[in-house]
Order: sequence, then C-alpha cells, then structure tokens
Amino acid sequence: MSRIAERFALLRETDEGALVVFLTAGDPNPVLTERLILTVADAGADIIEVGIPFSDPLADGPTIQASTFRALQHGVTPDAVLDMIARVRSESAVPLVVMTYFNPVWQMGLECFAEHASEAGVDGVIMTDMPPDEAEEWHAVAHQHGLDTIFLIAPTSTTERMRLVAEMSSGFVYCVSRTGVTGARDDLPEEVPQMLEAMRKLTTLPLCVGFGISRPEHVLAVCGIADGAVVGSAVVSLIAQQAEQGEQALLESVHSFVHVLKRATRRGD
Amino acid sequence: MSGGLQTVPDSRGHFGIFGGRFVPETLIPALEELEQEYRRAQNDAEFQREFHFYLHHYVGRPTPITFAERLSEWLGGARIYLKREDLCHTGAHKINNTLGQILLAKRMGKRRIIAETGAGQHGVATATVCARFGFQCEVYMGEEDVHRQALNVFRMKLLGAKVIPVMSGTRTLKDATSEAIRDWVTNVRTTHYIIGSVVGPHPYPMIVRDFQSVIGQESREQMIEMTGRLPDVVVACVGGGSNAMGIFYPFLEDSVRLIGVEAAGRGLDTKEHAATLATGRPGVLHGAASYLLQDEAGQVMPTHSISAGLDYPGVGPEHSYLKDTGRAEYVTATDEEALEALQALARMEGIIAALETAHAVAHAIKMAPAMPKDSSILINLSGRGDKDVDIVSRALGGRL
Repeated sequence: MSRIAERFALLRETDEGALVVFLTAGDPNPVLTERLILTVADAGADIIEVGIPFSDPLADGPTIQASTFRALQHGVTPDAVLDMIARVRSESAVPLVVMTYFNPVWQMGLECFAEHASEAGVDGVIMTDMPPDEAEEWHAVAHQHGLDTIFLIAPTSTTERMRLVAEMSSGFVYCVSRTGVTGARDDLPEEVPQMLEAMRKLTTLPLCVGFGISRPEHVLAVCGIADGAVVGSAVVSLIAQQAEQGEQALLESVHSFVHVLKRATRRGD
Repeated sequence: MSGGLQTVPDSRGHFGIFGGRFVPETLIPALEELEQEYRRAQNDAEFQREFHFYLHHYVGRPTPITFAERLSEWLGGARIYLKREDLCHTGAHKINNTLGQILLAKRMGKRRIIAETGAGQHGVATATVCARFGFQCEVYMGEEDVHRQALNVFRMKLLGAKVIPVMSGTRTLKDATSEAIRDWVTNVRTTHYIIGSVVGPHPYPMIVRDFQSVIGQESREQMIEMTGRLPDVVVACVGGGSNAMGIFYPFLEDSVRLIGVEAAGRGLDTKEHAATLATGRPGVLHGAASYLLQDEAGQVMPTHSISAGLDYPGVGPEHSYLKDTGRAEYVTATDEEALEALQALARMEGIIAALETAHAVAHAIKMAPAMPKDSSILINLSGRGDKDVDIVSRALGGRL
C-alpha cells in the first residue's frame, strides 16, 4: 500500500478528512521551503503537495503565479526540488506529492523524472495541464516506479471523462471545485456535492476537493462531503505576507494556520 | 510527396509527436464541443456558404496577387509575386480565421468572445467580427505590447472591445495567451476563445489552418492563371505560423518549396530572438507540444523581435511536424534585415508591409538573385505596415 493509501486508511479509522496543503518549492527561498514542509507536516497536514515551479502556470491565479515567479528568481530547478524532497523524506514520513506542469517533467524525461522522484521519496504526481488522454506513457512509467498518478476532475467533466480519470488515477482524485484558476475565494460553489456524487459511482478512490478552499469553515464543509480538502493559495499568501517577519515568526504563523485547518477535518469534533 | 500529410492531425489532435491537448481538465469538454461543432460545420453547406459570403463581401476576398516587377528586376533572378493579404479588411490575414470562428461561436450559442493579441492585428480582427455580429469582446494584450502598438489598442476600443493589459511575466504575447486561457477556464460555459494562430490545444491548430487555407487555395489558382504554373517557392513569416500554414497547406502535395521565416531578432548568437524552430526543442506551452524556446529545465525563455507578432517562444505544432518531416524549410531574418526589406518593398513597389511580413520579404530578397530568371517566388504578404510606422521611424532614427 502506498503512503497515500495508508494515510487515507488511517483517517477513515479516526473519522477524519485529509488536510492536503500546497507549497511552492523555492518560495520564499529554497532553504526555508524545506523547513516549511516539515512545519506543515508537524502541524498536522496529512499530505503535502510540493509545487515544482513552471514559468507559465496557466492553471494558477495571481497568488501562486507570484510565488512561482519568486521561486524561479532563486533559480529553483526540478532536480533541486527532488533533492530537497529527499532531505525532507529522511526526516518525515508524511505523504508527499509533486504538483507541476507537464513541460518540466517532459524535459527531464519521463523515465528519469519518475526514477529520481521515486528515489527521493515522492509518493504521487499531479500535472495540472496533463489530462489522462495524454498520459498513457506517463501512467506506465509512474506505476513502474511506484508513483501514484493523480488526475483532476472539474465541474465541466462529463461522466465519460470522470470514468477515464477514475481508470487512470491512483492515490486520490483531485476534484476542482469550480471553473477557474487556483486562488482563495469566499464561498464554496453549490455544484461540488453533485460532482462528488457522480464520481463516487465510478471509483472507490478518495476524493479531495481543491481550488478556492482557504478557511477552516471551507475545510469543515468539504470534509463533510469529501475525503479531503486541498488548501494552496491561502497558505502561499500567508507565507508571502510573513516572509519579512523572520524565519521563526513565519514558521510559527504557518504552523498555527495549518493546525487550525487540520482541526476542521475532524468530523467527530 | 506522400499523401500522409493530409491525414494530420490524427483523431486526438497529434501531428506526429506534436500537438495534442495539454490543458486543465476544465477545458477538455469545451474543446470536445468545439471539435464536434467544427466537424458538423465543415460538412454543412449552409455554414460554408455563409463563411464564403462574408469572405467575399466583408473581407474583400479573393485578394489579388501582385507581380513585384521592379523588385524582381533589381534582384535580377527569380520573379517575385505577392499574395496581397494586406488588402484584407483590417489589413492582415487574421480576419479569415476570426470570421470563421465567430460563425462557429454563433452556432455554439456562446455570446462572449475573448482573444489574445501581440501586435494587435488579431485583436483588431476579433473586435471587428464581434462588432459585425454583435458579440461582447475582451482582448488580452501584454502591457509591453499595449505601449508598442498603441494605434491598434485604440482601433480595438473604437470597435467596442475591451482591451485588458496583462502585467504578468514578460508582458507580451506569451503572457497575454496564458491570461486568455485563465479567463477561458473561468468562463468556459459562456465564452468562446478565438485563438489567433495555429497554436493551442486541439482542435485549434487544425481549425485555424483550415480557415486560413483560403490563402493558399486562391494562390494556387491565381498563379496558374497568371503564370501558367505553380511557383517554385512559397515564402511566409512564422510567429505562431497562421499565415504560413494558410498558404502552405494547399501546396503540400505539390513539388513547391515551402519556406517559413522566423525572427532572428538581434541575431541567433544572442539570446534576443524568437527563432523557435531554428534553435528550440520540443516542449509544451499553451496546450500543445511543439518546438519551444526553453532553458535546460524546461522554463520558457523570453524572446525578442522588432515585430510584436513574431515575438513568441512557441510555434504551431504542424510547423514543428513539417520541419521534422522535411516538407517545409525554416530559416530566419534579423530585425535589421526585416527593416531593410520593408524599405526596399516600399520604395520599389509602393507597398508598406507589416514588420512581421517584412521577414518573409527579407528572405526572398536573399534567395532570388541566385535563382534562374524563369523561376518564381510567391511571398505571403500577410499584413500591411501602418501599425508599425512609429516603430520603424524610431528604429531608423531619421536615417531616411
């Protein structure tokens, strides 16, 4: 069983949803990212998505675009991110997922990327601009190296497309809450329960909802109907705000925010 | 020439290893809908009649072919002919595609249109058809280009479009395209995205090629009528590559050399150019696999060209395919060569070409002298240069 599957099995026993937290690798700088990942894990995140920055992040809103830009200014490369993950892995058993776009992976070579990621201790990979239709080769290579392939469904997905995503996914399915790009929002769209219900009929994989999930009350609402909630931009923007306050203050504010988010995943409370 | 070329893209939008659909899941159903609607429209006589009606009565097609008599004489080699897309309504070939796509949007019941633009020619062509057919229109344009192409920004506004300056990244066409895609992901249920070149996810490269191929179809007949045979060489500039694909496509099965000219900017030995096919390698940007200017790690590189329309790090997947199969050749021309060609054409033929187009003219000027006098070169004169007069006058620094 993969680390991701193990984590969901454990969460089912304790009746909790998964808190999935996204961070951009290299923001505010490569050294701090490593410490941030460990802090987020310590604060209770169940899965951490580590973003490998790509120069043209077309599925991302302004917050993650800006963090991507800062990371690239530091010269962060896919190789460097995987090396960083290897160091984190030596200190933590938290499930780690790489989130990126297809081009950086293609340039490294699918086989080479999968091998390097797997050796580093990565558990799964999400590529925002790679729908399952284009992923035949990647799917084979990733599974050879024991990596989960996480694909996305959206509110516009037809049943046929949901079926394809269900077939190609492992670990969990990323359910995009709204038509749009990443970024904190005030409300949760009404169409989410319908999308989850349709997907449940097609897969037993855990379903995690992301895009616009920024507050504890969103996490609470999402965990009432899904297996997990993904928080990205809200954490990234907190990091951007606190980066000037010094390392200790930054780590503490991120820790306490993630801690509060995690509490909202406990259904019994 | 094998018949294989006519079979691309395959059913999944692939041109060999290029093309495809690398976009967020949210957009896939819209791309499927667009493809289905397009295939229906292709077989619908009424759609074809309407498209050709407006091409004739609104765009002003067929555009003529002009024999560039004085330029040819001066060069002393091949006879040079110009396919006059600069005479299309709005001053460039771009409207062939925007007209076709607005008719598709009408069929799909989408009333809001978005577009990206570099030089502003595609933005103007989109704003024009939106005005004509009563659609809401928003055009994304890099802030840098908003300044470089102020005249076209004002034209778009006059036509009732909203121009949205894009402040992210390099603030040029690449970022305008990313921002248009982000808008489309958000408003996909009500909005049609009119992509301006043979780029983007399937089915766009195919649709834009097909709508633009009217250029090559007319050229073929006109050259036979005027000269009794096909040209020996067809030359066109390549940014994304829509005018080149439009004129190349109907000649693919003929023994005619097809040459695309990319922007070498300040020189291929500098990093300031946009010569994607000449110096890039396969990658994925804006929804398709194609040649791409990128660094070792796959980050897209900033580009430079004096012409905003060629200032783009990607290129159409079908051009990437034609390069690899060897059916088309791709060469480059520098800013300086384009400026010289623009002046030569203006002085000898009385035609001020767009800076993009001037790259194609520059290559014809290079190759014509070495060709026999009974041979011929057809240049796709894709746009007129009014929009560039400011840039040209600054670049020449009063050297006229």
